[in-house]
Amino acid sequence: MHIHKYEKIWLWFGAVCLVGFLSIVGVSAYAMGNQPPSHMETLDPKTATATAPFDKPGLFKKGSKEYEAVMLAQAFTFTPQKLSVPVGSTVTFKVTSTDVVHGFQIPATNVNMMITPGYVSTITQTFTKPGKYLILCNEYCGTGHQVMAVTLEVTA
Amino acid sequence: MINEKDTRLSKAFITVSFIALFLGATAGLLQTLVRGGVIELPAGIGYYQLLTAHGVLLALIFTTYFIMGFLYAGISKTLGTLYEVPLKTGWLGFWMMTFGTGLATVFILLNKATVLYTFYAPLQASPWFYIALVHVIVGSWMCAFSMWRQYYIWKQITKKKLSPLFSFMAVMTMAMWFIATLGVAAAVIFQFIPWSFGWVEKIDILISRTLFWYFGHPLVYFWLLPAYMCWYVVIPKIIGGKIFSDALARLSFVLFLLFSIPVGFHHQLLEPGISHSWKFFQVVLTFMVIIPSLMTAFSMFAVFETTGRRKGAKGLLGWLKVLPWSDVRFFAPMVGMLIFIPAGAGGIINASHQLNQVVHNTLWVTGHFHLTVASSVTLTFFGISYWLIPYLSGRTLTKKMHKLGIIQTVMWAVGMFLMSGAMHLVGLFGAPRRTAYTTYSDHPQAAEWIPYQAVMAVGGTILFLAILLVLYIAYYLAFRAPKGETEFPIGEVEAAAVQTPIILENWKLWVGISAMLILIAYTLPFWHMIEHAPPGSQGYKFW
Repeated sequence: MHIHKYEKIWLWFGAVCLVGFLSIVGVSAYAMGNQPPSHMETLDPKTATATAPFDKPGLFKKGSKEYEAVMLAQAFTFTPQKLSVPVGSTVTFKVTSTDVVHGFQIPATNVNMMITPGYVSTITQTFTKPGKYLILCNEYCGTGHQVMAVTLEVTA
Repeated sequence: MINEKDTRLSKAFITVSFIALFLGATAGLLQTLVRGGVIELPAGIGYYQLLTAHGVLLALIFTTYFIMGFLYAGISKTLGTLYEVPLKTGWLGFWMMTFGTGLATVFILLNKATVLYTFYAPLQASPWFYIALVHVIVGSWMCAFSMWRQYYIWKQITKKKLSPLFSFMAVMTMAMWFIATLGVAAAVIFQFIPWSFGWVEKIDILISRTLFWYFGHPLVYFWLLPAYMCWYVVIPKIIGGKIFSDALARLSFVLFLLFSIPVGFHHQLLEPGISHSWKFFQVVLTFMVIIPSLMTAFSMFAVFETTGRRKGAKGLLGWLKVLPWSDVRFFAPMVGMLIFIPAGAGGIINASHQLNQVVHNTLWVTGHFHLTVASSVTLTFFGISYWLIPYLSGRTLTKKMHKLGIIQTVMWAVGMFLMSGAMHLVGLFGAPRRTAYTTYSDHPQAAEWIPYQAVMAVGGTILFLAILLVLYIAYYLAFRAPKGETEFPIGEVEAAAVQTPIILENWKLWVGISAMLILIAYTLPFWHMIEHAPPGSQGYKFW
């Protein structure tokens, strides 16, 4: 099929953009480890609150400035409802839902993931600035969806 | 002149589409006012109930009905009057869809189906809501069968290898729609209906979401392709030019069929239970649509420039000036096209493996699809209406209506700039989508979002006024405008353009490759979901 010269140039430009975009995304994912949260662990959503570690949700110190936050998402709140870590801490959030699909987002950070019943979602974030961070649900979960939020305090 | 019987079918679809537009837009206006903190809803009406109505009536009903009306009129124009079987099947489709639409609307208004238009399990609506959806889907299949049948008979009779461009594109659009809706139909019929009736206790959430998004992304191309049909086939005629290349137009539609379906994981990037390698694979396939999108952009601007130069335009950009800006049939789709430039760029951001994490489920995404479907597609559909409605009603598009249509388009662009612009910005700050007015217990971060939400309300109000205007124009063109003949503009191909290779109309080949790509992209991860599935979930009604 004959293609016009200008169009050839334009399509090459498009192809180069495409390769460029995919290279950036690919290098970031596979060389720098920036993969979206894709945890494969499962559990029974009905008995989640009786299954370790979700039988004891809370914030656990794992090392100097390293924490694990085991959290439950339930309509319409997260447990625990208050968390506090010193500035510079790295927190690994481990979250599951006992009822419907929820979201887990901390505005002003890159923490953002879906919480599907039956699955465990995890994400790790280092908090370099002190402040009161919102942890909010960003997936519609029912009439009280807009109040589903807790706070994480990063102390100076 | 179009056959009277065929006009009735198209008119029926377009009438329902505009009723849905009015109801959906009313819900939209109220939503922006609530979220902007301007009003509170009277007791008994829920924000999420409105949001469900808005999504179902606009994203599913307004678009699908308008597309059917447009495609039937164009098929009747290019392939000739509908034969008996296609016409009857078309009406069967219309009534099935309309029964479904009515039933769904009733159950949404009864607050029995406040699950939003994505109806994610395990939120559980009344089983009748899902039965309604099945009627809409299966009804649309009847329309697909009917259009394919008309095309098949035409080919049998004329013995031609290549069909008219418009009908080729219509057949392709419906082929993509059929393949895509198989996923959502499977979820609704085999998962949601038995579960909501209580015949089975539990539902597999991840599988239902995956089947939904297998459909959900091609859905956006189902909105877009008919707009592209207007851009490729109709616009050249309106501006007094020729179609740049028939072959290129067909090739881009083939590529859209191939690359719009096996890509649903880019809507599920942040979900557990799908490995990141399969997500990445589908991100790569998603990005492939950059090629046909750029081909479309090239073709359009090539048509504009060659037409302008033939009219005597000089200089690098002189051809822009001689375009018929005061012709609303050109102006409305053109504004839609221009909006598609930032809209498309936003889409690439959303589908990016990592950037998605910044914007997922924030108002940014809402801002994004209000540029794509609610501006590029919708303005093109309005642009089509301005000639299609008088074409069907045997009336003419008057000068005054041209003017009103141009005012409507400008209002739309301004309203959307404010609303979608504010949504994009506040989304980047983290404001979640699909959320009623909230301050999160007076959290300072959430307080910063409120002014943007107020701007959204201003934009939403302008958009609602623009909807009232377009409804008036549509009413006038259908019932009040002076009688006369209006043309259905179908462009001719440039004389110098290359012969179209027949392989582009080889359906077995393209549908076969499409099926193969879908199998490659989905078989293994889907098998993994089934094999490693956690126990399912019971239903919840949290509204």
